[in-house]
Amino acid sequence: MAAKSIISRPVYGTLSPQPGKHHLFVADAEGALAITDLAAKAPDGFFAGAHIIFIPGHDRKHVAALEALKPAQFYQGPSFASALPRLKHTLANAHMGLRLYLAGTEGLIGQAMQAALEAGIDHTSIQTEHRGSLARRVQCVHCKGITENVTTQPATCSHCGLLLLVRDHYSRRLAAFQGVCINAEDRSEIPPTEEIFR
Amino acid sequence: MSTGTTKLDVVVSDVIPVNELVTRFHFRRRDGQLLPTFSGGAHVVVEMRDGERTRLNPYSLMGSPLDTREYTISVRRDDVGRGGSLFMHRNVRPGMEMVISYPVNLFSLDLRARKHLMLAGGIGITPFMAQTAQLAAEGGNFELHYTCRTASLGTYADVLRERYDRRVRLYHDDRDERIELDRLLSSQPLGTHLYVCGPSGMIGWVRDRAAALGWPTETVHFEHFAAPQPGAPFDVTLAVSGKTIRVGEQQSLLEAIEAAGVDPPYLCRGGVCGQCETNVIAHDGKFIHNDHWLSEEEHRSCKKIMPCVSRFEGRSLVLER
Amino acid sequence: MGITFRNETFRNDFTFRNSPEHIRRFPFPFHEDSYMYAVNIEPHVVGPKGSVLENLIDVDEHYVAEMQDRALVLAEDPLRCQSLPHMTLAGWDLLELLMEQQALGYPEHFTLTRDGDRWRWINRPLGIDDTFTFGDVSTLPYGPMEYITRQSQGDFCILDQRDGNLWMDAGMVTTQADWSLDFDIGMNFFEWHAPVPLAHEKGIFVRALKFLTNIQQGKPARRLNWTMTINPRLDTSPENYHKWGPDRTTVTPENVGDKVHLRVELQSFWRLPRSNGIVFPIRCYLIKMDELVTQPKWARRLHRVIRDLPEELATYKGLKRYRATLVEWLSKLDDGSPTSPGFGPD
Repeated sequence: MAAKSIISRPVYGTLSPQPGKHHLFVADAEGALAITDLAAKAPDGFFAGAHIIFIPGHDRKHVAALEALKPAQFYQGPSFASALPRLKHTLANAHMGLRLYLAGTEGLIGQAMQAALEAGIDHTSIQTEHRGSLARRVQCVHCKGITENVTTQPATCSHCGLLLLVRDHYSRRLAAFQGVCINAEDRSEIPPTEEIFR
Repeated sequence: MSTGTTKLDVVVSDVIPVNELVTRFHFRRRDGQLLPTFSGGAHVVVEMRDGERTRLNPYSLMGSPLDTREYTISVRRDDVGRGGSLFMHRNVRPGMEMVISYPVNLFSLDLRARKHLMLAGGIGITPFMAQTAQLAAEGGNFELHYTCRTASLGTYADVLRERYDRRVRLYHDDRDERIELDRLLSSQPLGTHLYVCGPSGMIGWVRDRAAALGWPTETVHFEHFAAPQPGAPFDVTLAVSGKTIRVGEQQSLLEAIEAAGVDPPYLCRGGVCGQCETNVIAHDGKFIHNDHWLSEEEHRSCKKIMPCVSRFEGRSLVLER
Repeated sequence: MGITFRNETFRNDFTFRNSPEHIRRFPFPFHEDSYMYAVNIEPHVVGPKGSVLENLIDVDEHYVAEMQDRALVLAEDPLRCQSLPHMTLAGWDLLELLMEQQALGYPEHFTLTRDGDRWRWINRPLGIDDTFTFGDVSTLPYGPMEYITRQSQGDFCILDQRDGNLWMDAGMVTTQADWSLDFDIGMNFFEWHAPVPLAHEKGIFVRALKFLTNIQQGKPARRLNWTMTINPRLDTSPENYHKWGPDRTTVTPENVGDKVHLRVELQSFWRLPRSNGIVFPIRCYLIKMDELVTQPKWARRLHRVIRDLPEELATYKGLKRYRATLVEWLSKLDDGSPTSPGFGPD
């Protein structure tokens, strides 16, 4: 992660058990390790009130480790998009006392948080832990299209084709970093492309 | 730049005893204009000129924010306090000219809430009178749980039941009726915000249970104006203005500072707003902190004091004022 | 005697100009010969006659043209005006504030009549005469914030106050200096200011927030901010950066006076009564170099400010490409003699 950044860039912590009646986890791939690490610190019976929504990587690692925690509900799906209806349904029917824990890639954390904000949860009450890829979701400020899995600086907008400077400025509402045309003033200036968000 | 509020010249338009402890006061503007619009939960600071002495006490506005022809406050008589409520009950009559501050809201509704859950104890009902009126006019979703000692001391309980019917639940101590707090807090839809106003024991209890049951702190709102407590007189040196003053038994430290011609900013005079926060330069003795503004750590550090509600016992105190 | 509204454009042929009276009332933002951030906030009280502070909400000769430009921006990109669902009440607060202030300051152009919640609003320059029910959104053609800010100069951000912070939860932003409401909406005070260099380190925003959260009803405050724009273009949004950005490469020693504009924002801060929010009007004033240097004191001072501006600030304000050309042009108008204190022309 970049050593020096700006205040709007999300800061992730380490998952820790919160007081509450129900615990909802959303994680992808290596994010499972943040949940198993939390389990080591959790009081007895913690996972009896837990619901884990997990999107494993291609290697399907960590599924067994999460199942072994014996959560009240466990779901694994092929993508965040496929898990989203279930997440939204769970949030719509939840009561105060539900705590939310998000772990894994920035894209997963951002999009799950977006669903939680829409359900009325304040972002400051959500536990997050970053694990795995630093690839970014980037909103092109010009055409508003979102480009997934951006790893380079600059990056090409997959919608309008402008060459974008990927900023650290981040919107929770959009679950995306901001991309601004890097050579807007003189289109002939084309800076070298570096792979920096891995 | 000072952050105090603008003053309003008002006349007392009505004084209405509500029950054996509570009296309601109505104010109109002396120039006949409308009063400033306010939001539910706002308070005004009422200036009471009692001979040589001026008291400044905060009271929640309890009328509908939609009607600014008059402001109304309700004052509960406190026979052992420093005399502000007794002054209001004994001396204030219709037609009297008074000065109040512009409204300030330190107990504002979170308008994002899917539902507003309100818990009131005793005279803590007053800010909810305005908030429920505001929400009802906008079609807001709220539920009010109101605890009082007896039915006859359930100030405005009848009015609220008539206005909002089943959205208001009453609990009477003398009938051993108690809020089933854990059940109530566990059955609220996601996105609910909790508001509590009442005695400090009640506020502490509700905040503790809400935290234990997983309510995030930003969803729990409370207002408790501390009243300055009387206490042994003490001497204070104001280092910036170069004055030494004595704080009387019935006087608050802030009032004593003001009496010496030094005017720290304030909004609430109840240990909530943080405006009059003052640095301690030196001390030999112990602080009696009564505010809700400084953290426990700051209280222990002995480096700051809220002169509106806190006192000091000991040999010497030097403040940066 | 009313204002004579100019027929002019802020795009394409750029016919925007200031009349001589408007040059003299321009809110020149530098009180000394150098510039650095400061918490330069002061009470927003009425100022001298003939200044932009004569009324707390200023309406000037560019009013009609600016409102026409705003309508064009919104037709192209409706996302410039957004309000999160809980901000409607604050929108009504803003509607009341702007109608009252404009009617008070310019009775020959605006009239507000209130009969309980039945209100009639007459806006003569724009040919509007509407009767509506205050608080009932179905009686206006737009939401309350959009309705009134389509009739008020400047951008408007409405901030919700909660948890000791201010949240940018609604706004009408069509004349911004390079920030996106669509991206920043929902952010707190520190987050939406995150891209500003140097000021965080100086603790500017911590102090500013403390001040702003304590703004009281009936006691608004204000500050000035500034940047520079090539051509008198109001819409310098990031959304359209790829369209207006190339303008910055067109500055030559011959066209500096006509193309380079000082852009000053008069920002004011008001507590809103019903919602307990804060509204933050950002009123933009433009002046081209040819107009500005008709005041010799301003020419000398601007030369020194731009010449000595720290590199980070020059980059943030987008001056890099043409700074040298501008400084060279201004230097010919600076004989090195001292400037008098204060903002005003001599």
